[in-house]
Amino acid sequence: MMCMFEVDKIRADFPILEEKIYGKRLVYLDSGATSQRPRQVIEKMNEYYLRYNSNVHRGVHFLSNKCTDANEEAREIVRDFIHASSEKEIIFTRGTTESINLVAHSFGEAFIGEGDEIVVTEMEHHANIVPWQMLCERKGAVLKVIPFCDNGELDLSGLDTLLTEKVKLLGVAYVSNVLGTVNPVKELIGRAHAVGAKVLVDGAQAVQHIPVDVRALDCDFFVFSGHKIYGPTGVGVLYGKEELLNQMPPWQGGGEMIKEVRFERTTYNELPFKFEAGTPDFIGVIGLGEAIKYVNSVGLEEIAVYEHDLLQYAMEQMYAIPGMRMFGEAACKSSVLSFALGDIHHSDAGILLDKMGIAVRTGQLCAEPVMQHYGVTGMVRASLGMYNTAEEVDLFCQGLKKVGKLFGII
Amino acid sequence: MMTIEEIEKEIVAEFSVFDDWMDKYAYLIELGSGMAGMDESHKTEDNLIQGCQSRVWFHAEMKGDVLYFTADSDAIITKGIAGLLIRVFSGQKPADIAGADLSFIDEIGLTQHLSPTRSNGLLAMVRQIKMYAVAAEAKLKQP
Repeated sequence: MMCMFEVDKIRADFPILEEKIYGKRLVYLDSGATSQRPRQVIEKMNEYYLRYNSNVHRGVHFLSNKCTDANEEAREIVRDFIHASSEKEIIFTRGTTESINLVAHSFGEAFIGEGDEIVVTEMEHHANIVPWQMLCERKGAVLKVIPFCDNGELDLSGLDTLLTEKVKLLGVAYVSNVLGTVNPVKELIGRAHAVGAKVLVDGAQAVQHIPVDVRALDCDFFVFSGHKIYGPTGVGVLYGKEELLNQMPPWQGGGEMIKEVRFERTTYNELPFKFEAGTPDFIGVIGLGEAIKYVNSVGLEEIAVYEHDLLQYAMEQMYAIPGMRMFGEAACKSSVLSFALGDIHHSDAGILLDKMGIAVRTGQLCAEPVMQHYGVTGMVRASLGMYNTAEEVDLFCQGLKKVGKLFGII
Repeated sequence: MMTIEEIEKEIVAEFSVFDDWMDKYAYLIELGSGMAGMDESHKTEDNLIQGCQSRVWFHAEMKGDVLYFTADSDAIITKGIAGLLIRVFSGQKPADIAGADLSFIDEIGLTQHLSPTRSNGLLAMVRQIKMYAVAAEAKLKQP
């Protein structure tokens, strides 16, 4: 297993992984919430803060040009990473949530009217539900839901009935943040396009695990966050097809997004700046560019293979623990292991694992409808990144057994 | 009846025999599992403590001049911690509860659960208890 992939070398780039928690080695299994950043990202951002910090665009001086160049270079890195046609299609936001809200407001303003329908899936996280609900309220539109089966795969049996010409937009997660299911987005995009609907793919849990080609997928929008792909917090990406973005009105107004400002009438800047009002988090953007460079240097194909093997190993080990109930058993699954151990409360399990230096997430995982589906108040979620190892999986499983013993179920 | 301070000292002494955190939590689990819980009718929205990842309810009742507490939670460790608080505060005078210094929490090594953002909400429980006490004290002082 994993002979070509030099995980030790990768781990050495992530200083935080050396931390001790309550005197024990850290086992970080919460990358689905936020990943750690490699030294290269931290150093690049430090370098820009220490040496080059200056506001981007429209500056005439050296520092401003330096930051502007780096900001735009990061845009090119992102474009290349997801295989978009043009840099005009790459809009920097604060994260996945803001990207979706931008589309809900701007696309919603231009294209959604009373009686129109928006479709999401039952396994979306709240950021891909609530902005659409708010849009539906504003416009008198209707939100419809594609259900999922108990094994965590989407139930597409009723899709033909659901996807009618009333549907203007389909929002779907590429990878579920709770179930780990890799959804058949290409098929869904094809079927949505057949009825004239646009498709937003939420790639927050995908881009760090699976190579993405937005042109091959033919999605209309693709969104993701920097901090889940080994980059900084506070920066994210909205990809949109240029033709579509051009038809959409600006969302927020302010500096940068304007061409000319007159009290009588303001005209707006070209893409992508039309959607980037105000001073952007350019150091964050530069950090994101560096994170993607890092991922590219390791190779996303290699990461995907390594993580797949590690996930399989983790599932085998976990299933061997008495009382294990796994949520999400899709044939095509990535990086996320949500579960319950007997009737032990997720918060109890999380507190005890924490004491062993093991970081997992517990609770409703920002996806209450998924909890309702299974009739639980919460889950424990372990999520993997490229730096996790089989040894860490073993420590995690030993930890789970200790928890089981403390509660007398093992 | 022991004072709050005496009970705190007793708990600190009990916890001092535990060598490691596992024993401490095993004790909390034992405590939580053995607790009677509370009357279902008292599991109301008003008694639900906000800010916990697990659901935890505290109910307060005045009998004579002292306050009695019952609590329940769907998480056992949280219930165990609630049990410790009940042991300290139940049957005490509102003024004593409101003025209590809770250094025992630090001494038994549960301080890490005191941060306001902690999901098990020990701080939220303490606040709720003190609020009940302050309200009861105000009521007592009414002519």
